[in-house]
Amino acid sequence: MSNKKHITLTVNGEEQEFLAEPRELLIHTLRERLRKTGPHIGCETSHCGACTVTMNGKSVKSCTVFVAQADGAEITTIEGLGNPDSLHVLQEAFKEHHGLQCGFCTPGMITRASKLLEENPNPTEEEVRFGMAGNLCRCTGYQNIVKSILAAAAEMNSAKEAAQ
Amino acid sequence: MIPAAFEYYRPKDLEGALSVLEEHGDDARVLAGGHSLIPMMKLRMAEVPHLIDLQDVDGLSGISIEGNTIRIGAMTTQHDIINDVQLASAAPIMREASLQIADPQVRYMGTVGGNVANGDPGNDMPGLMQCLDATFTLVGPEGEREVAARDFYEAAYMTDREDDEILTAVSFEAPSGGYAYEKQKRKIGDYATAAAAVLLTKEGGTCTAASIAMTNLSDTPVHSDAAGAALVGTSLDDAAVKAAVDAMLGDIDPTQDNRGPIEFKRHAAAVILRRAIENAWARA
Ligand SMILES: Cc1cc2nc3c(=O)[nH]c(=O)nc-3n(C[C@H](O)[C@H](O)[C@H](O)COP(=O)(O)OP(=O)(O)OC[C@H]3O[C@@H](n4cnc5c(N)ncnc54)[C@H](O)[C@@H]3O)c2cc1C
Ligand code: FES
Ligand code: FES
Repeated sequence: MSNKKHITLTVNGEEQEFLAEPRELLIHTLRERLRKTGPHIGCETSHCGACTVTMNGKSVKSCTVFVAQADGAEITTIEGLGNPDSLHVLQEAFKEHHGLQCGFCTPGMITRASKLLEENPNPTEEEVRFGMAGNLCRCTGYQNIVKSILAAAAEMNSAKEAAQ
Repeated sequence: MIPAAFEYYRPKDLEGALSVLEEHGDDARVLAGGHSLIPMMKLRMAEVPHLIDLQDVDGLSGISIEGNTIRIGAMTTQHDIINDVQLASAAPIMREASLQIADPQVRYMGTVGGNVANGDPGNDMPGLMQCLDATFTLVGPEGEREVAARDFYEAAYMTDREDDEILTAVSFEAPSGGYAYEKQKRKIGDYATAAAAVLLTKEGGTCTAASIAMTNLSDTPVHSDAAGAALVGTSLDDAAVKAAVDAMLGDIDPTQDNRGPIEFKRHAAAVILRRAIENAWARA
């Protein structure tokens, strides 16, 4: 099929323009075209959340979005949150609290958690568990993921207080 | 899993969307949040040569409450519903049910219009809309018409909507009295094994009105008039609740699938309805 469409995306603050078939899935665009390999493909059936990115302020499973739908959108992947030289508070907390084992689910977990904490900066443990229900992990049993997110929330809140 | 190729349209108004539907008939379909349609297209269970994305169509999203009437635009997401403070106070059952649909990521995308138009017996909104006695607004080449949610569902994936019609809104009167949405599922984020929507009115210890609808227990949602009638005029004593549950069991028609055998589903339906009635009564 040659019905390629002109697509513009802003990914982690950088504008990207290219031609793509509308049916291309956003996760494939990110990983294969733009080499943002942080978001992973776990199930490819909208269940696991490994492909989670932030699109126009929403946490979305990028395996369930056509690139044509994302045309014009602002997207943040794990690469836009932090990097090895300057980790995001959540990345620091996952490292500190053993919030990962194999690490496959982690980019999706952290990207989702960043949105959760933006909407609810002071969540209870139950709210963290409920807010993270779209992300599956085969390794950790979730306990340390929840701990990491709560620790990151506390850290962000005390940084905010200190700044005031 | 990549679906078959399609032509993509992103019209800015309803006329634009309707004209593509008219031109391509059942080769065209609208796309709302895509969280039912895209998985189906990836599995090649749905083939859509012409896909019309509604995201830019003006006037399709938003919640308005005027007097007692609540109107929710088709493109309003489950996330929007959960976070609308006015809606949560005017019709708290909407929030209670939406929180039990899927998971956060799906709720940012999934829309009320897609959920009610889809026709999947597993969707939670259709039963809820029947419980609320909601009206759906459809627009097609011949103009606008309204259909009662209780008359809309014909069979799995078969509804009263014509191929060239777009559902623009759902509306209903703000319910008074007690409410509950109870859902049994295999895990968080799953479709219902059995779900019950219940609205009850209590006056001086007596139930004066009751509306009961069940989800995923037949090929359509089931609004059980008989179950409601069994409660009206009673004080919701054990016998009345049992009569309502029995009446509901007479109206559902579950099939065996990966959520369990028929007997189990009937058992789950009974437990879930009893729980919903008790909750709604305590809040009435
Ligand atoms: C992992 C997962 C779990 C889920 N769990 C649940 C659950 O527990 N309960 C539940 O209810 N749902 C669940 N869903 C489904 C989800 O809520 C869907 O998003 C919803 O059913 C459909 O809404 P949509 O906006 O995504 O519609 P789409 O997928 O875009 O559309 C669905 C269908 O409706 C049609 N349509 C959409 N909008 C309109 C309109 N305005 N007029 C006419 N036709 C229209 C489309 O053409 C299509 O045929 C789940 C989905 C996933 C991926
Ligand atoms: S890969 Fe997208 S949800 Fe699993
Ligand atoms: S750390 Fe291995 S899947 Fe979560």
